[in-house]
Amino acid sequence: MSRSRRIKEFLIEKLILASGLASVVFVVLIFIFLLREALPVLKAVSPGAFLGGRFWYPISEPARLGILPLILGSLAVTLGAVVLAVPLGIAAAFYIAEVAPPRLRGLLKSCVEVLAAIPSVVLGFLGITILVPFLKSFLGLPTGLTALAGSIMLAFMALPTIISISEDAINAVPKEYKEGALALGATHWQTLRRVVIHGALPGIIAAAMLGIGRVFGETMAVMMVTGNAAVLPHGLLEPVRTLTATIAAEMGEAAKGSAHYAALFGIGAVLFIISFLINLTADLFLARGRKR
Amino acid sequence: MRNEAVRQKIGFGALLVATLVVVVPVVLIVVLILTRGFGALSWEFLFTMPRDGMKAGGIFPAIIGTFILVVTSIAFALPIGVMAAVYLHEYARENLLTRVINLAIINLAGVSSVVFGLFGFSLFVIFLRFGVSITAGALTLGIMTLPVIITTTREALRAVPRSYREVSFSLGASRWQTVRHAVLPFATPGILTGAILSVGRVAGETAPILFTVAAFYLPRLPHSLGDQVMALPYHLYISTTQIPGIPEGYRYGTALVLVGLVLVVNVAAVFFRAKMRKRR
Repeated sequence: MSRSRRIKEFLIEKLILASGLASVVFVVLIFIFLLREALPVLKAVSPGAFLGGRFWYPISEPARLGILPLILGSLAVTLGAVVLAVPLGIAAAFYIAEVAPPRLRGLLKSCVEVLAAIPSVVLGFLGITILVPFLKSFLGLPTGLTALAGSIMLAFMALPTIISISEDAINAVPKEYKEGALALGATHWQTLRRVVIHGALPGIIAAAMLGIGRVFGETMAVMMVTGNAAVLPHGLLEPVRTLTATIAAEMGEAAKGSAHYAALFGIGAVLFIISFLINLTADLFLARGRKR
Repeated sequence: MRNEAVRQKIGFGALLVATLVVVVPVVLIVVLILTRGFGALSWEFLFTMPRDGMKAGGIFPAIIGTFILVVTSIAFALPIGVMAAVYLHEYARENLLTRVINLAIINLAGVSSVVFGLFGFSLFVIFLRFGVSITAGALTLGIMTLPVIITTTREALRAVPRSYREVSFSLGASRWQTVRHAVLPFATPGILTGAILSVGRVAGETAPILFTVAAFYLPRLPHSLGDQVMALPYHLYISTTQIPGIPEGYRYGTALVLVGLVLVVNVAAVFFRAKMRKRR
């Protein structure tokens, strides 16, 4: 090999290595830049008062920067979405993977892919024009902009993740397990309920966790339909405000360098850490599923 | 035994009902956007500037803005993503480093889109002084879409038979020559699938561009990468929540253009994937 060619290859291989490391660099950069802008908030409030404070009045004098109402708002909306989406998603995954005839299976999978592709702002738009007025008149509420509306929207956004990963897990269960059960005289339904579900369980748990991660970090749809009231939530039929919506709604008006600005980055750091933990756990379950 | 057969019927019936609860709304959503948005579509709507505080005229600058953001962010993310996948699949052995890289990819895929927006704002807009610009928005969107490109490229590389590499090595080719001539050409449809999927993702995202590039109202086309642009998803957001009195057809029309774009792109991806499978 000629010398110039060897140098060229050396450079290309270094470039490939650098690209391989890029993801790590970006994750570290995200964390550093969130912290860099967030840390000044500790001059205004203690970490305990920031995370546990019950009042979010960022522009009053003095500003009160407690994000507990926002954390609880995110939790309420997420919990509602999980209760709706996890059972539905797992059931649909079983139907698509095991019960549906092949032609219908393709059609159903395309529907799930279409749902995954619809941008969240479009779902938010439909939520505000159709779902919110419907909830208002159907449940007789003063406003349809509630945590419940957010939960329903988010359930739909989590479903494609839950369905496709659960379906992979169900398909990955060794055929021998299933055939063994059927050979022993079990019905198809018994086989699914007693055998297949155990083999697929780690993958299904991972699917649920990744769905939760998606829900917790969702911004646009949830901001458009939940009413954005930054108060401690008492139930799903009231307006709430999530962590993500707070950043999206207030970042434009927060003066750079103010405690409010730093607090919004603090919320970003909290979101980053939570999504990191959720994804780490989901990955552990997925790895366990693969090992089997 | 009869009992079990009845149980199975009930069980499968319940699974079917759950599936319908998921699928029927999806069909309704698509039909609704198609029927209500179609009436708004016109030459004027697609190809002219907005007028009267965006209550009339078209959405041309938003369409162009989204197009520019898609092209620039993919131009940035595609080479890095493909090379990262090549590193992970063709060069690296499984060790602690690849474990850390994989973890970073998974984590990057899970970060909330609004957190990407904050990050892009503080790194690109403020720290690197790009300002609120196409550059800042495209880099933010590009980083966000890296995991999609890496994962799909890796799958495409996995589908290239091992024998191709072995033949190339046995002819005395170096590792890079093998990758360049014996692996990448056969992985191209799969790589394109990944690129197309991330086009759909980039086109639909709102939160990452909120503070990095999106303009509320800018009835002209950008001149350079330092300009702000309007974008379809952001335009749909503000016309739904910030500007009262916009005719509803206008909003549905915007939604239709956005969803239409994303779905066409996804159908193209499915087509490429099918082509790749056939080749195997």
